[in-house]
Amino acid sequence: MSLSLTAGMVPGPRKDPAVAAALGRRRKRADRIIRSLCVAATLVALGFLASILFTLTIRGFEAMSPRVFTHITAAPGSEGGLLNAIVGSIIQAALGTAIGTPVGMLVGTYLAEYARGSKFGNLVRFVSDILLSAPSILIGLFVYQILVLPFGGFSGWAGVAALAIIVIPVVVRTTEDMLNLIPNTLREAVIGLGAPKWKMIVLICWRSAMSGIITGILLAVARVAGETAPLLFTSLGNNAWSIDLTKPMASLPIAIYSFAGSPFEDWIALAWAGALLITLGVLGLNVLARAVLSGRK
Amino acid sequence: MSNEPVPEHIVRSYDEELRRLRDMTARMGGLAERQVADSTQALVRRDTALATEVVQRDVQIDQLEREIEAFCVRLLALRQPVASDLRIIIAAMKVSNDLERIGDYAANGAKRSLVLSSLPAIGSLNGFERMAHLVQENLKAAMDAFVNSDAEAARRVWEADEPVDAIYNGIFRELLTFMMEDPRNITSATHMLFIAKNLERIGDHTTNIAERIHYAVRGDNLPEDRPKADESAYAVVRPAGS
Amino acid sequence: MSTTTTAPGATATQGFGGVQARSEAEINPPRIAIRNLDFFYGDNRALKSIDFDVPDRQVTGMIGPSGCGKSTLLRVLNRMYSLYPGQRATGEVMLDGENVIASETDLNALRAKIGMVFQKPTPFPMTIFENIAFGVRLHEKLPRAQMEERVEWALTRAAIWDEVKDRLDSSALGLSGGQQQRLCIARTIAVRPEVILFDEPTSALDPISTLKIEELIDELKRDFTIVIVTHNMQQAARCADQVAFFYLGELIEVSGAAQMFTAPKHPKTQEYITGRFG
Repeated sequence: MSLSLTAGMVPGPRKDPAVAAALGRRRKRADRIIRSLCVAATLVALGFLASILFTLTIRGFEAMSPRVFTHITAAPGSEGGLLNAIVGSIIQAALGTAIGTPVGMLVGTYLAEYARGSKFGNLVRFVSDILLSAPSILIGLFVYQILVLPFGGFSGWAGVAALAIIVIPVVVRTTEDMLNLIPNTLREAVIGLGAPKWKMIVLICWRSAMSGIITGILLAVARVAGETAPLLFTSLGNNAWSIDLTKPMASLPIAIYSFAGSPFEDWIALAWAGALLITLGVLGLNVLARAVLSGRK
Repeated sequence: MSNEPVPEHIVRSYDEELRRLRDMTARMGGLAERQVADSTQALVRRDTALATEVVQRDVQIDQLEREIEAFCVRLLALRQPVASDLRIIIAAMKVSNDLERIGDYAANGAKRSLVLSSLPAIGSLNGFERMAHLVQENLKAAMDAFVNSDAEAARRVWEADEPVDAIYNGIFRELLTFMMEDPRNITSATHMLFIAKNLERIGDHTTNIAERIHYAVRGDNLPEDRPKADESAYAVVRPAGS
Repeated sequence: MSTTTTAPGATATQGFGGVQARSEAEINPPRIAIRNLDFFYGDNRALKSIDFDVPDRQVTGMIGPSGCGKSTLLRVLNRMYSLYPGQRATGEVMLDGENVIASETDLNALRAKIGMVFQKPTPFPMTIFENIAFGVRLHEKLPRAQMEERVEWALTRAAIWDEVKDRLDSSALGLSGGQQQRLCIARTIAVRPEVILFDEPTSALDPISTLKIEELIDELKRDFTIVIVTHNMQQAARCADQVAFFYLGELIEVSGAAQMFTAPKHPKTQEYITGRFG
């Protein structure tokens, strides 16, 4: 490849200034069109979101009062609150997470550390990903079939199981992703010191991936805190005070679901208050997750 | 590996620089050859104009040596050469040094021939001519070996210094005899002795050059002891009857 | 009349030849003896019949273009390849009378004996002290005082003690790249290996940190047998006593460093180190 070049000339085809100017104008016009489309779409999306949040905040705060946190749900017109639903939600979400997290972490670890590239691993990952995007009502129906029908009734435990099943694929995914982010040289460094593989995983890999995994868990909690559909078929909801997990149990999403559709003004107001509570809770968890994630390194 | 085509460097400017170094050294070699030839001519023909020219031309050789050295230092610093590249650069540096010394000897000979041209001639200059001829041939062969990266040719040069030493011994004895015969010859004879010694030293430097070339091409050294016939240092010539 | 006829070639002969003669004589007896070693990534033969000695308490540099097998050979020595299914080696790698690549080798014990330092610094996400203690705890159970002694010893040997002695309890991730690499070296020597493998240990470091590591390697070779893979030929020239040149999975030439960089024996070596490849 010998190019004979005249000294001082840039190689390549010559440029025609007029053509270049015309091309430049066309590029600028195209750029303006695409940019306006993008901005318009963003404004539409933001508009919907803002109106949802605006309505939610106004209506929610109107209905908010100490009574919401101190009284349990009651008949229309009789000064009810959401205490049983809040406590029920917290219990079910906490237990669901407590059961789903270890399972999810171990599966995720298996996928990242032991089954990388294996057929069975790929299968497990595929199934887990399907579970991740499966409609939650299916999970509710599944638990209804195996826990509610055979044991003769709706129960808190069934709700916990449904939520745990939702938590698992989320944690599997984040655990695997976070472990995959660890450079292989770090693993080799541990192995190179003469460490057995399990020590490498438990002492180094988990520790390195911990903040990422915690973030994933927090996001999973945020997700299950707002789930309604799986709880409809499992813990059903309960208008009375109950922390007995073998009985039907109240939860915020169910309370919102049943109150919002009622004809009574005060129930509808309570539904708004519950919706605001869930939104704030999810927002708080998301902020926390971001804080954990940015706190690492 | 001496005559196989060597692939080019990935960085082509490096090849150009090495080529330039070879060219400079070859040019210096050519200049040195000419100095030796002209110096001998000046002596044999008692040509003072030519002798003066040789003395003046020595500056050019010195200048070239400095240029080559500076260029080598630059290459060493900027290219960090290794293996054959390193060897050729070191060789060029050392060869230019030898060529500079050869130039000095030639100029020194020319200066002495200026003095000799004002004195009556003694003896025959045949030995000088033969010796100078041999030395020049060797120097030329050495520089050809350098240009062609020919280790075998370099080795032949290295072995060919023996006859030079032999002629030198002959001249040495002859001049001693002249001096003993008639002390008025001593000035001429001493100058001639020095010229002969210069030629002999030029021969030695030529073998040095051959050694460098052999090393540059092959990467190993010629054996320590070279065939030699210079015994003049140990020669004793006694005046008859003492 | 002065006629001292010193042999004119004498100085030159000493000047050039002396270097070679010395370096050839200086190679120590082997610590690791590699015989007829083949290595496979699946069906791909990455090392071809390697015969090669790693001299005791000296630095062996391995050079060659990417994919030539030098890193592969390094990873054979401490059986790092065993982490990955589909990679296998055949032949002999003899260390202390045992074949390293035999299937019955105790890998954890082997790796305690043959430490490794990687291309990128790999500090563990824990304190500086814990980084060093981690490796020691894998193989020994030391009381606190002795452990502190060992950590100080390792950090001192790795020439980083003065820089970190006041912050042993802070995270190792806060150290600079060069410090992290020396920490990794300290972590490796804390286990008291016999052989240390360096896999391009300075390719991620600035020139000054690089020189510090090289000085350290020079210091360490008094007690450890060292093998270093490097892309930087000047580095091999500076650090190594013996240099091995690999090409396409074959060992082309092993020579003393001075010999290798002044007068390599093989034309392929010559082409590679002078930048004529291709």
